[in-house]
Amino acid sequence: MTTTPHHRTRHPPHTTLAYLILLLSQHIAAFLLLPLVIASALLTLIWIGLPFVILTGTLLRTLANSQRHTLTHLTHQPLTPSYRPIPHHGINRRASTLITDPATWKDLLWLISAPLSLLILAIPPTLATHALYQATTALTPNPEPIYDLTTPHTLTARLLLITLAAALLYLAHLLTRPTLTLYTRLNHLLLTSTAKARLTARVQHLATSRANTIDTQAAEIRRIERDLHDGAQARLVALGMHLGMAEQIVTQDPHTARTMLTEARETTRHALTELRDLVRGIHPPVLVERGLHGAVHALALTHQLPVTVTVHLDGRPADPVESAAYFATAELLTNAAKHAHATHARVHINHGNNRLVITVTDNGHGGATTTPASGLAGIERRIDAFDGTMNITSPPGGPTIITLEIPCALSSQKTLPSSGTA
Amino acid sequence: MRVVIAEDLALLRDGLIRLLQAHDCTVVAAVDNGPELHAALTHHRPDVAVVDVRLPPTFTDEGLQAAIDARTQVPGLPILVLSQHVEQLYARELLSDDHGGVGYLLKDRVFDIGQFIESIRRVAEGGTAMDPAVISQLLASQDQSGPLADLTPREREVLGEMAEGRSNPAIAQRLYITDKAVSKHINNIFTKLDLAPSTDDSRRVLAVLAYLNGTDTPT
Repeated sequence: MTTTPHHRTRHPPHTTLAYLILLLSQHIAAFLLLPLVIASALLTLIWIGLPFVILTGTLLRTLANSQRHTLTHLTHQPLTPSYRPIPHHGINRRASTLITDPATWKDLLWLISAPLSLLILAIPPTLATHALYQATTALTPNPEPIYDLTTPHTLTARLLLITLAAALLYLAHLLTRPTLTLYTRLNHLLLTSTAKARLTARVQHLATSRANTIDTQAAEIRRIERDLHDGAQARLVALGMHLGMAEQIVTQDPHTARTMLTEARETTRHALTELRDLVRGIHPPVLVERGLHGAVHALALTHQLPVTVTVHLDGRPADPVESAAYFATAELLTNAAKHAHATHARVHINHGNNRLVITVTDNGHGGATTTPASGLAGIERRIDAFDGTMNITSPPGGPTIITLEIPCALSSQKTLPSSGTA
Repeated sequence: MRVVIAEDLALLRDGLIRLLQAHDCTVVAAVDNGPELHAALTHHRPDVAVVDVRLPPTFTDEGLQAAIDARTQVPGLPILVLSQHVEQLYARELLSDDHGGVGYLLKDRVFDIGQFIESIRRVAEGGTAMDPAVISQLLASQDQSGPLADLTPREREVLGEMAEGRSNPAIAQRLYITDKAVSKHINNIFTKLDLAPSTDDSRRVLAVLAYLNGTDTPT
């Protein structure tokens, strides 16, 4: 995993304050969750608590994640959770996944430590409040007894009190940064995932994506076999038959033989057309000849929608990435025309931060989602094999913006010498 | 007719040589890779070259690049490009220099020897020979709206035939109509598409192709 160098830019005080208030409210919310956690733990003893476990567990994750998010913004240090995925079905399975996940217990620790966190944060404001209290008492003409102890009547007492207040205020100021740092460090420590958890999650992800890749490839090979068997192979048999028959009768009946030869020629043409379509589906020749740049331009030229293409690549991605990127783009454009009823689409491809980024935008009616059986889920699965990600923004009414990111390096080879296309 | 052939598969290269020699052509060079093709084209300056898109050493679009390069050095050098697949992108690049003498056909078209030889002759004479697959793609991608929608089915047929590069008599023969009818349809097409009429056959075809490619109007 790569860690991007983070630049410690300090936020201006008001931004830090805003983040702090956000963190505090998240913490207080987490604290409120604690009784629910205890209740569900108790209820689990008599089984009926399981749905509560799922509910509180999910809530806990959400809260912890929102705090991670805020902390990431505040400290510029990435905090990515590594939870085990919760299964979609089965109360027992979901509950047991939640309970046996070490990350849940770590979150729980964070939850219980909430009072400590709040206490740490409370130091500077408490000091400041005392200073304020002392200062106002010292400056009041007829003061109340301070801390119910003495009443500062003399000037010396008053001056002493003001000095004390000033000292406290200064201390509060001095302690603000350190307590804040302590607070963020503590929470960072509690919310960060352990190396083991990260590795476990990674292994799990790799196992899933490998299984998906194998399935996809097997299905693809079956399709190719079927297409060859029912298509080109069958046509070649017919071709051979026509030629054989023509050979037999060519001396007795040249006219019929001629008709048969014409038919043989037609059969060859059909076989070629089928093979051509098959090849296009396996790996489009234009992709071999012109790379992603040329292939996407060629795709745009023959697409039923007007498509604007911009490509900024200084080289070529590896063949498998290029192919996956091409087919994903083609499928997204087809979706734009077929499902979203768009009248225009845009494809933007560039490379940065060691990632190939493809953005496909259409002006259709939006509402695109990844249901398990949808084409989008298929695309996601296929680019997942390269650790790629898909991001969908598709509000009802449109527009739809789909961004694919695939980690990859570019070969130094220049894409192409000529590409003066629209 | 002096011909240069570029095809890396020996079987197909020999087939093409035999086919062309049987039709009064002299094959001055038959090469199997891009650099040699480039040398042969600029050295022999043939009446026509028959070139495969994909050639060694890179097995990308070596042949097409050599053809386009040679045509920048020798404008209008007649070249017929053959390929296992046709791409509008390539058609557009071949046509972009606005000189005639260009052909772009699927290899399958060799089967119909009569038509294939006719295409070669047309390209050699400075005309064009575009594959029906390219033309139908072009027509389909322009189909949505616009002036093309105003054409009658017959006019569309004539437009397609013309875009492939055929002369008026050839169109008349293929569609079983008179030369006069063809001229009338073509006049209508040019009026509807708002193109300047031209008496020169190949100029006219190039104008139509430019129109279909959308290269004469900003898209």
